[in-house]
Amino acid sequence: MENFTPVSALIGGAFIGLSAVIMLAGNGRIAGISGILGGAISSRGDERRWRILFLAGLLLATLLYQIVSSSPITIEAQASPELLVIAGLLVGFGTRLGSGCTSGHGICGIARFSKRSFAATVMFMLFGFITVYVTRHLLELGV
Amino acid sequence: MSSVKEQNSHESTFAHSAVTLFSGVLFGLGLIISGMVNPGKVIGFLDLAGDWDPSLIFVMGGGVTVTTSTFWLVLRRERPLFEQKFFLPTKADLDGRLLIGAALFGIGWGIGGLCPGPAITALATLDPSVVLFVGAMLLGMVLQNLVAE
Repeated sequence: MENFTPVSALIGGAFIGLSAVIMLAGNGRIAGISGILGGAISSRGDERRWRILFLAGLLLATLLYQIVSSSPITIEAQASPELLVIAGLLVGFGTRLGSGCTSGHGICGIARFSKRSFAATVMFMLFGFITVYVTRHLLELGV
Repeated sequence: MSSVKEQNSHESTFAHSAVTLFSGVLFGLGLIISGMVNPGKVIGFLDLAGDWDPSLIFVMGGGVTVTTSTFWLVLRRERPLFEQKFFLPTKADLDGRLLIGAALFGIGWGIGGLCPGPAITALATLDPSVVLFVGAMLLGMVLQNLVAE
């Protein structure tokens, strides 16, 4: 467990939670990224406008962090380009079919005591664990 | 009467946008600070049989603690500050779409170590692996949209 970083994880998690609370209290919206992104593609007008603004905020966070912080943002790719395409397709298709992802179901849905969000969170966690076990330990894929 | 209403909605447009942008930045910073923008960190959590990194439990724990302790208070209000109503999911029952969708998402998450929030946030680094993933993710969303119609 040499990579374990509980303090930064907890602080980062609290930021995410606070963002979701501000979004709900201010604009009455659930800060679920797949829903916001999916809606930014399929909706028009004001519905599209706020979604693009929120997504721009995510991108802006990276730029602000890079300006302010001395430590770079580490991104270690975990799969070959071919597998990343498959992963992306599954994440895009699956989150829209299942009406949410880690943020909408995991962070927001659980706080609303939504049965659907509990079930979805258990499902994607379980299948995440199984997939990594299969790819890393049975098939020995990975970078 | 209508002019008052128009003025109100006009005045709240700035606040509405400011809240949205601020929330987005805060959300992105949370993902960066927690390390969730790094697929290696996410796979480190999902790899129970490997060199397990439990950090993601603390990210979820921190987030859920904040939302669970405050959402009920927020939702006691009649409406949000800068909107006419709360926009909440209306479905209550489990169905095949929900469970299959979440399973497919889990498989993709396990392969790439990226979910939508971190992927979009990390897109601004222009890392080629993230650009490729996000392109495929958007295509997956469009495909789901087409299938649903």
